[in-house]
This record gives sequence, C-alpha cells and structure tokens, in this order.
Amino acid sequence: MAIRQLTVFVENKRGTIVSVTDTLSRHNVNIRALSIAETEDFGILRLIVNDEATAVKTLEDEGYLIKITEVVGVKIGDAPGKLTAALKVLDDANVNIEYLYAFMARTEKHAYVVLRVENNAEAEAILENAGFHLITNADIEKL
Amino acid sequence: MSQKYYQKEIETMSAEDMKQLQSEKLVKQVKHVYDNVPYYKKLMDEKGVRPEDIHGIEDLHKLPFLTKADLRDAYPYGLLAKPLEDCVRIQSTSGTTGRRVVAFYTQHDVDLWEDCCARAITAAGGTKSDVCQVAYGYGLFTGGPGLNGGSHKVGCLTLPMSSGNTDRQIQFMMDLSATILCCTPSYAAYIGETLKEQGYKPEDIPLKAGIFGAEPWTDEMRRSIEATLGIKAYDIYGLTETTGPGVAFECSEQTGMHINEDHFYAEIIDPETGEVLPEGSKGELVFTSLDKEAFPMLRYRTRDICVLSRKKCSCGRTLVKMAKPMGRTDDMLIIRGVNVFPSQIETVLLNEGYEPNYQIIVDRVSNNDTFEINVEMTQGVFTDKVSEILAMEKSLANAMKTMLGINPTIHLVAPKSISRSEGKAVRVIDKRKLI
Repeated sequence: MAIRQLTVFVENKRGTIVSVTDTLSRHNVNIRALSIAETEDFGILRLIVNDEATAVKTLEDEGYLIKITEVVGVKIGDAPGKLTAALKVLDDANVNIEYLYAFMARTEKHAYVVLRVENNAEAEAILENAGFHLITNADIEKL
Repeated sequence: MSQKYYQKEIETMSAEDMKQLQSEKLVKQVKHVYDNVPYYKKLMDEKGVRPEDIHGIEDLHKLPFLTKADLRDAYPYGLLAKPLEDCVRIQSTSGTTGRRVVAFYTQHDVDLWEDCCARAITAAGGTKSDVCQVAYGYGLFTGGPGLNGGSHKVGCLTLPMSSGNTDRQIQFMMDLSATILCCTPSYAAYIGETLKEQGYKPEDIPLKAGIFGAEPWTDEMRRSIEATLGIKAYDIYGLTETTGPGVAFECSEQTGMHINEDHFYAEIIDPETGEVLPEGSKGELVFTSLDKEAFPMLRYRTRDICVLSRKKCSCGRTLVKMAKPMGRTDDMLIIRGVNVFPSQIETVLLNEGYEPNYQIIVDRVSNNDTFEINVEMTQGVFTDKVSEILAMEKSLANAMKTMLGINPTIHLVAPKSISRSEGKAVRVIDKRKLI
C-alpha cells in the first residue's frame, strides 16, 4: 500500500541540490514531491518520482548514496483543519511521526501528505479506519 | 635563594666524565636488559651481540633498535625488566591495545624521572619559593605526574590543577600567586587569551615562567605566549616510552633542549639505513635509557626528526642539546598534546560501521589546535531519518574520544568526495605551520 520514497544524501554545500535535480531531469525523471532535511554538514533529500528505477540508476551512476524507504501517503481535503484531522487520528493512537511533507494535486481539489512513521501498516490501518483515503505511487502518477 | 642547577655536578660535568659515567651505566643497563627481558635478549642474540661486547658508549651502535612495533608485540609485559612486585606505577599513552604504550616504573625510576623534571623547573628559574601550577593532565598521561613530582623535588608549592576548567585555573593562579605554569603550549595560549579577555594585563599576572611541552609549537607562538602572560616560556620534551616529560628541557638561552644524558643517551640515525650520523646531522632521534629498572629502552627509535648540538651553552650546562623536533618519520600527529595515529581513526570507523574513507584536517586557530575528521557517508549507516544519522554521528564522536583521548569534530560528507591523488586518498591535511 505504501509509497516508495527515494532518499538521497547530499552535502550542505552550494549546488548540491541542483546537481541532483539536473541528473534526474536529464533522464526524464519527474519529481512529484520533495522535501529536504538539513543539518550544518549535510542534507537529506526525500523524493517521490515517477520512475524509480531510472532515478536510482542514474543517481547511483553519479555516485550518490541512495536509500528507498516506504512511507505512508494519505489524501486529505484542501481546506483548513484537514491535515490536523489526519494527524490527530495518529496522535490519538500514539503513532509517532518522524517527518512529513505535503503536496497538491494538479487537477483535483485535494492535498496529499507523505508521512514517515515507525510502523506503516499500523498507521495505514488507523487512517483507513478513520475514513482517510490512502494513496500509492500509481495513484500519484494519475494526479 | 636562587639556585641555577638542580644537580650541578651532572648538569655541568665535563664531556669526558659524562662519557665515562654513561659508559659505566650502559654496561650495567645492557646486562640488566639481557638477563631480564627475553624479548630483547632474542634481538641481541639474532644480531650476534652479547653483553660482554658492550664496553662503553662507543659500542652502543652494535645493539639492535627497538621500535613502536616491538612495543606492540611485547604489550603489556614483554619489555618489563623487573618483577611486577617491584614496580610502583604505570603511565600510558592513549590508543588501541596495539598502539598504547604502558610504561612501568619502580620507585627508582619515578625518582630519576622526577629529578629530570626538577632540573627543568630549576632551569626555568624555579626554587622552593615558587608556586608551581601544573595544568597538564593528571592520570595515565605523563605530563601531570611528571611535573608534579619535579615540582615537589624542587620544593615549590605545587598546585595539582590538571588540565581544563580554565576559570578555576585562573582563580587559583591569581589568588595563590602562581609563578610557574606547566601545561601544553596551546593550553597556555588559551589561558593567556582568557586572562586578556577578563581584562588582565601581563603585569597583573603573577607568573614569571612557563614550562610547555607535549606538542609541537613555534617560536612565534612562544613569543606570543610570553607577551600575553608576561613570562619567559621554556620548552620541555619527553615520551612515555623513555619516561615522560623531562627527557630534555630548555634553559634561559632558549636555543634547544638539554638532554638529561646521564639517564638518556641520544643518537641521531639515518632513518633509512639505521647508521649513526655525526653531531649536527639531521636524522631520527634514538634514545637509550642508562639506568632505568622496570622499563629500560635500548636504542628506542622515537620517529622524531631532530638535530643534536654540543655547542657551549651560556647557561653553563654541558648536557647535549636537541633542537625542537622537525617532523616525524611515521604518520603520527600530535594534536592538543595527544599522539594520534591515522590507523586509530580507521579502526574506530570500521567498528562503527563506516568505510575507512576519511580525512583528518588539523589546523591551529588562535594558538589552539582544531581537529576535524571528514567521514564519507556509507550505505550501511545511511537512513532517511536525520535524528538517526545525528545519533550515529554522536556515537562515532564518542568512540573517537574514547580511542584518541581528544574530541574531534566529525563531518559526514558525500561518498567518494574525499580527494584521492594517484588513487590514494590524502588522509591527513595538517595546516599548522610548526617549523
């Protein structure tokens, strides 16, 4: 059910992010969502892309360190309070969220949230029971 | 009353008498080692040298060398020349089992070591009226215990401060009017800067002399410390393998360090061939202990590049002088007074799940050593969670601190980002200008 996320290690230096996105664009990989966590020394680039196999191969060929992580994707309404509602369900169930990022759909009036939790299946069940609609990489492609 | 020498007879002995004394001691020392240290006996037997072949200092060159590798092979008791029940102390360097040196001392050995330090303190103008603040680390490190003992022998009021806690150092220094400071030169510089920040001028500071060693420092740094603290700064040299600080010490002339050659005979050799070089040649410094009981060292190769001189010294001492070491014949670094081998860093990285792709960057900023290690991120430890990476980075830093005894700043860098020249990575970048 989960979404596959590509994580790339980059140094916290000028030009490192553009060189990653440039590599992907040269191989026609489209980035659907992206988030960055940075420290003084390094950054962690988290990407959801349309073509994982090509992205992994081209980045690895360029010497990048990559990890695939499964994360939870959930569809929420594009209105105030919708994100809170989803997060509250998880919080009530004592699910700890390591990080999250959100993106909008091009066509529908919906927002999507990517959540990194310890136990995907558990978080997914909690969200589904609360009436939330989960999404997959394939769903993202149709947006 | 001011006293110029601690042991005048020895320190101003004629060259002839000194050679005679050294020769008598060497003959006994070689016999003691041959009879009690099977490890060295084997080296001598392999070389076909017997104690009877050593009649005096002129025969020293016949003896085999000891190296750091021998100390490693013989760890911990292989070079011990006295029963443990006769030993009263150990001192040690930092490092892994292989790199760590554990030196043993009988009471006689402690006494002769402390005498050496007492000579150094006296040469720096120390007398029983002085207040001697020892801010070298106390413990396994030889700095604190050595100068502490020397200070007692001279009769100074000794402040056993150990290193660190600079505010307390300054408080004791000012409140108890310390006149002599013993520590690493970088710590002296740091204390000086702190005093300056607190508004003290050199004339407000009671210190008159400093005895600084355990790490390389330049003459420029000396002048800067002297100006900030309003003192005269004296260099001191030593290594745990031979005894600790006090193997050689500086006098008021400040043109090299007098070697306590009645206890430690110095040779300069060609590091490639092992051949003894004439006075004034640059080469590797080799020490032979002449009257140690528990941990004697015959022809120990220090890996320090150095020059010896017997030029007449204005202080009146006739003891041979060694220049400040000009470099190393191995890859050892001295950072904040601590010996660091790149191989130790490699060991820690492998233990912690990293590849041994690293680069050590050492610099000196405001007279203090900075120590950074760039470590390439690897698949084994990479995750998408920053908290996990930071926790691993912290654990790596702790493991480094445990291994090395000092804290490096760790930077995680991209894989294959550490520059490799001719396929081989440059492991050490030392930006300090020490010569």
